[in-house]
Formats: sequence, structure tokens, C-alpha cells
Amino acid sequence: MISYIIRRTIAAVILLLVVTAVTFGIFFILPKLAGQTADQLAQQYIGKNPSPEDIAAVKRNLGLDQPVYEQYWNFIKGIVSGATYDLGPTTVRCDAPCFGYSFKDHLEVWPQLTSRLPVTISLASGAAVLWLLGGITAGVISALKPGSFFDRAAMGVALAGVSLPMFFTGQLALLLFSYQLEIFGRTYVPFTENPSQWANTLFLPWCSLALLYSAIYARLTRSGMLETMNEDYIRTARAKGLRERNVVVKHGLRAALTPLVTVFGMDVGLLLGGALITETVFSLHGIGEYAVQSISANDLPPILGVTLLAAFFVVFMNLVVDLLYATIDPRVRLS
Amino acid sequence: MTELSKTGAAVGEPVRAQDAPTAFLEVRDLKVHFPTDDGLVKSVDGLSFQLEKGKTLGIVGESGSGKSVTSLAIMGLHRLGARGKNVRMSGEIWLDGKELVGADPDEVRRLRGRDMAMIFQDPLSAMHPYYKVGSQIVEAYRVHHDVSKKVARKRAIELLDRVGIPEPDKRVDGYPHEFSGGMRQRAMIAMALVNNPELLIADEPTTALDVTVQAQILDLIRDLQKEFGSAVVIITHDLGVVAEIADDILVMYGGRCVERGPVDDIFYEPQHPYTWGLLGSMPRIDRAQTDRLIPVKGQPPSLINVPSGCAFNPRCPYADVPKDNITRTERPELREVGGRHFTACHLSQEDRTRIWTEEIAPKL
Ligand SMILES: Nc1ncnc2c1ncn2[C@@H]1O[C@H](COP(=O)(O)OP(=O)(O)OP(=O)(O)O)[C@@H](O)[C@H]1O
Ligand code: SF4
Ligand SMILES: [Mg+2]
Repeated sequence: MISYIIRRTIAAVILLLVVTAVTFGIFFILPKLAGQTADQLAQQYIGKNPSPEDIAAVKRNLGLDQPVYEQYWNFIKGIVSGATYDLGPTTVRCDAPCFGYSFKDHLEVWPQLTSRLPVTISLASGAAVLWLLGGITAGVISALKPGSFFDRAAMGVALAGVSLPMFFTGQLALLLFSYQLEIFGRTYVPFTENPSQWANTLFLPWCSLALLYSAIYARLTRSGMLETMNEDYIRTARAKGLRERNVVVKHGLRAALTPLVTVFGMDVGLLLGGALITETVFSLHGIGEYAVQSISANDLPPILGVTLLAAFFVVFMNLVVDLLYATIDPRVRLS
Repeated sequence: MTELSKTGAAVGEPVRAQDAPTAFLEVRDLKVHFPTDDGLVKSVDGLSFQLEKGKTLGIVGESGSGKSVTSLAIMGLHRLGARGKNVRMSGEIWLDGKELVGADPDEVRRLRGRDMAMIFQDPLSAMHPYYKVGSQIVEAYRVHHDVSKKVARKRAIELLDRVGIPEPDKRVDGYPHEFSGGMRQRAMIAMALVNNPELLIADEPTTALDVTVQAQILDLIRDLQKEFGSAVVIITHDLGVVAEIADDILVMYGGRCVERGPVDDIFYEPQHPYTWGLLGSMPRIDRAQTDRLIPVKGQPPSLINVPSGCAFNPRCPYADVPKDNITRTERPELREVGGRHFTACHLSQEDRTRIWTEEIAPKL
């Protein structure tokens, strides 16, 4: 088991390095291949009408006139030991882990990410709890009585849940429960400051996001349950004289939920990299909103930073999933 | 309806005490039908038999003849789960004086695993892959015994030892996939026997195993039966499996019993053409390869549109022997042809004896 964990962790780290290199390549090699000069490249990092000094500063700091591997090395070095940006009149010290510096905002990327991360984590984790509870419960009940009224109603809601865009459900929820009825607030407050207000503000985004996901989870749980409840070992469990409730929970659900672990890991991993639409709709200042802002401002360093953070979460959740799998299914440990 | 209630013969009334049989297990006119989109599947259609404690009944028949459906009906497993509503059951199943078909499901549940237990064909899929073999046995024991996990574990180890698993105190913590096929089936048997059931049903317990292991498992079942004195139903499509282990044999065809009797009668004086076919398809070591196997030609009958008359008539070489085309119009009832030996066939006793002695026996 221990060696399994070590092997998977090493694999995850290597994967992360590869992802960084590829992302870096997309940002720095592709434009070069497309024939952009170092000056043109540098211009993109600054706002309109850049002065030659600004361009020179960007070129110098990012090493745009040097080979790509040198740039990559500088970037990694920045993450590990920090970097100093020499902007001509001033210098900016970017402490480790330095994920770059926005020449447009004049802000370092990393503090932006860390200050926004709690919002995104709050959003993702609350929604995840809700959609797991809702989706799995609905899926199990549907599967136990397929074709029943509940089954049809739940699957109908599920279909609506996946098809309705967040722009619609989110805005509608905001309009109704926040602007009209004024039940829920709209200003994010950190959990550590005021837990009840934190939950109050996040409740609508949680529910909107959970509706979207629980729909998928209900369907997955339902089909998984329908399949496992026909397995031979379920018949064995019943033949022992177990109560049907125990048969369902101990023998059916545990096996039916295993494939869900993978999907769940991916979903949470992606969400931690920023729920772009939800954060925008509910004006939450999370990673997703940062990404949207940076993309519309065409500000490359923050985009690179968010991309790497998202990649990290996806790889990390993959590792968690692998380890979970090994504890859930004893057959995995062998291979 | 009120008329009927007055006479006490309404459908669903509890059967009167004098109807209770004396046999330990008695199945009377059992019918298990499944309504499906294609029509009503009559998997078991009027099956009756008795079994005493300490005796073994072998149920033999080809694939789809209703053997498993019969065993699941006795265990009360058809009505459970999402499919539970999609089954029509009638008839009576008496176990030790209790009728099970009309009984409260929770009452049957309490008997399940304790008074009657089952061994399944494929122990790999029949055991939960995520739980240790020991935990699965412990679970089976603790459903019916209010004991600590520690006590139950000791019991599990004891049984694993009894069924011949080496180092049971270590293997108790193994997972099913870590066992070999034979060892898994032994563990499955241990699980079934953990509550000392009085009725043990083994549904093709050796089909998934190697030939050498098959014999060991059959020996084990026979030994355990002697030791525990339980009634055993052993289901198979291979007459060879039950030749040495069964006291009685019941031959099923298309959801019905076509022949039933003591094992020697079935082997030395079989009366039904289908049984002849089964005997002919039995591999035997003392014959040459070429003239050994005479399989029953043709396909098993549809259970939705069962052939009229005798269900076996489309495949029966003697269908035209009885007069007036009766094999295709009238369903033969089970008739006693000797002490406790029954068969359902329109052939006259003379024809049967003649065909058996002149045509069949010499070829076997
Ligand atoms: N739940 C069900 N719904 C519909 N049909 C069923 C159901 N269960 C069993 N059957 C049908 O009943 C018939 C008898 O099945 P059964 O499993 O008893 O056969 P068997 O004699 O055990 O055969 P095998 O040797 O292959 O195990 C089969 O044709 C099967 O398709
Ligand atoms: S009743 Fe007719 S068809 Fe059926 S087994 Fe007997 S001879 Fe064959
Ligand atoms: Mg079967």
C-alpha cells in the first residue's frame, strides 16, 4: 500500500511538470512559431500605447529574447525561489512561489490566487456536499423503484438540471431570492469572520451549481445501482437473510458508488481551478472570476497562473481518486 | 367472493393445518411466472416434490429448464428488489411445517440463511469483491446470532477449517480474489453452513470449477450433509454429478417435472424419453468416444409459447408412438410407475419397457 502511494505520487509530480511545460509551450513557443517578434510578444503584456522602455522592461524580465528553455527555467526558478522584476524606475520583489507578474495590473499573480482561493474552495466544497447528497439520494431511490412516480419526477428534474444553463438558473435564483425576497446576501464574507453570513451568501451559488451536478450524479447513481443490484453478490447478501436496507447500503451502494469517485474527483478538481460562469453570475471574487477578467484583458501572466493552478488541482484530485480507489476496491492494489 | 369466504376457501386464505405435509420440505404445484414484454415466461409451471432431512435431491435439466428459478423460489428471493414486483408465484412451499409462498416476507427473511441456505454456481461473482471472506461469513452469522464480531470470527475460522481451507486463521482476512476457484467455493460453503441450516440448496456448485476440484467439492458436500444431517437440494445439468451424491433425482424439462424417483431407478430403469437422452449424453469412461454421446437434439422449449401437449414432443423420437396424436394435444400428467417413481409421458408401460430394453439400454 505504501509503495503504491509513493508510486502514484511520483507519477503525479511528473505529470504536473509535463503539464507545466506544455502550458508554458503554448504561451511562449506557439506565438514564436506564428512569427511574432520579441517586441510584438512583449507588447501583449502591456496595455495600449506602450513606451519603448516598457517593452524593453517586459522583454528583459521575461527573457523574451532568450531561448524558450531559458524562459522556462526562469519561470520554474521563480516558483521555487522567487524573482525580482526590474521595471526601470522601480523594482518589484516577487516572493516564492512567484507565479509571474501582471504588467497590466502591476500586481503579482500568486497573492491574487491565494486571496481568491478561499472563495473558490468555499463554493466548490459546499456545492459538492449538496450535489453528492442530493444526487446520490435521488439516484438510489430512483433505482430501487424504477419506473415509479419518484423515479420519473427525479429523472425529469435531472434532465432539466443538466440542460438549463447557469446563466439562467443562477440569474433567476439571484433575482428571486436575493433581489426580490431578500433572503440571501450578495457580499462574500470569509467563513472565519462570520460563518452564517458566509453560508448565507454562498447558498444560492451552491444550490445553482449543485443542481447542475446533482443531475448528473443522480443519473450515474441510478444506472450504477440498477446494475449492481443485479449482481450475484447482491443475491448472496439477500440469501443470508440480511434486511433489504442493509443489502442496498452495505452491498449495493458501496459498489455502485465506486465509479462515481472518478467523476467526482475530476469535477472537484476542475471546479477548484475556478467556476468561471458561477463566479461571474454571482459576482464572487474567486479564481474563476480572475480567469475571466484576465482573459478579457488579454493579460497573459494571470492566465498562465490560473491555468497552472487548475492543472495542479486536476492532477492532485486524480491522485486522491487513485488512492481512494485502492482503499475502496481491494483488487486495485495488486495491479 | 363473500360466498367463498364463508366456506373458507377464498384465495389467499391460510392453508388449514391438516394440509401441512409430513415431509421436511414439500413443494406443491409451484408456479413461477414472469410477465415480460414478450409475454408471460412460465419458468416453473406446476412443480411438486418432497425431501426429507438427511436426504439429497438432485434436480437435473438442461439450461433454462427452471432449476435456478425453483431454488430461488424456495429461498424466497424472487420477490425482493426492483424486479420483485415482476413475478407471479403460486403453489405451496412447506419447510418444516411452515408455508413460505404466502408467508410474510420478513418471516421468510428470518428463515433465510438460518434454516435454509444456498451455494451458488460462481463463487467469484457470488462474493462481494470489496469485503474480506471472513467478514462476509461473519455477516452471515451475525444476521441470525446476537454475538460479538470476535465470537463470529472464531466461528468463521472454525468453519473455514471444517471445509478444508488451510491456515483458516490467515485466510479469514483474505479477499475473494485472493482465493483459488476451489477454495472460494469452499468458503462459500462455509458461509452457507455457518448457521447450521437444515436445508442446503446448491445451485450448480461445481460447474465453474476444474474437474479435479469438482470431485473434491462434491465429496465435501456429501461429508457435511452426513455430519449436519441436513436436507440437500443439488442442482445440475449433468446427471453424472448427482449419480453418487443424490438419494432421489428430479428431471426438469420446460419448467415441469418429467420424471422423478430414487436415484437407482432413474439410472437403471429410466422411464422418460428425455431422461434417456440425458443418460445418453453423459460422458462415461468405460465407452469409446464415438458411441458414447447421444445428445438430445433440438432446442429447449420456449417458456412463453410452450409446445402444446407434451412440451418435449418437438424433440422426442417417440412422439408418434402413442396413438391419436395425443402427445401434441394433451399434456401428460405425472403418474406413478413404480414405488416413488413418477413420470409424465403418454407412452404405455409396454412401449416404454420395450424401447428402453431394446433401443436405449444397449447403446448406453
Ligand atoms: N426474472 C426473470 N424474468 C424473466 N425471465 C426469467 C427470470 N428469471 C428467469 N427467467 C427465465 O426462466 C427460465 C428458467 O431459468 P433458470 O435460471 O431457472 O434456468 P436453469 O434451469 O437454472 O438454467 P441454467 O442451467 O442455465 O442455470 C429461463 O428461460 C430464464 O430466462
Ligand atoms: S409424451 Fe410423447 S412426446 Fe412426450 S416424452 Fe412421452 S412420447 Fe415423447
Ligand atoms: Mg441456473
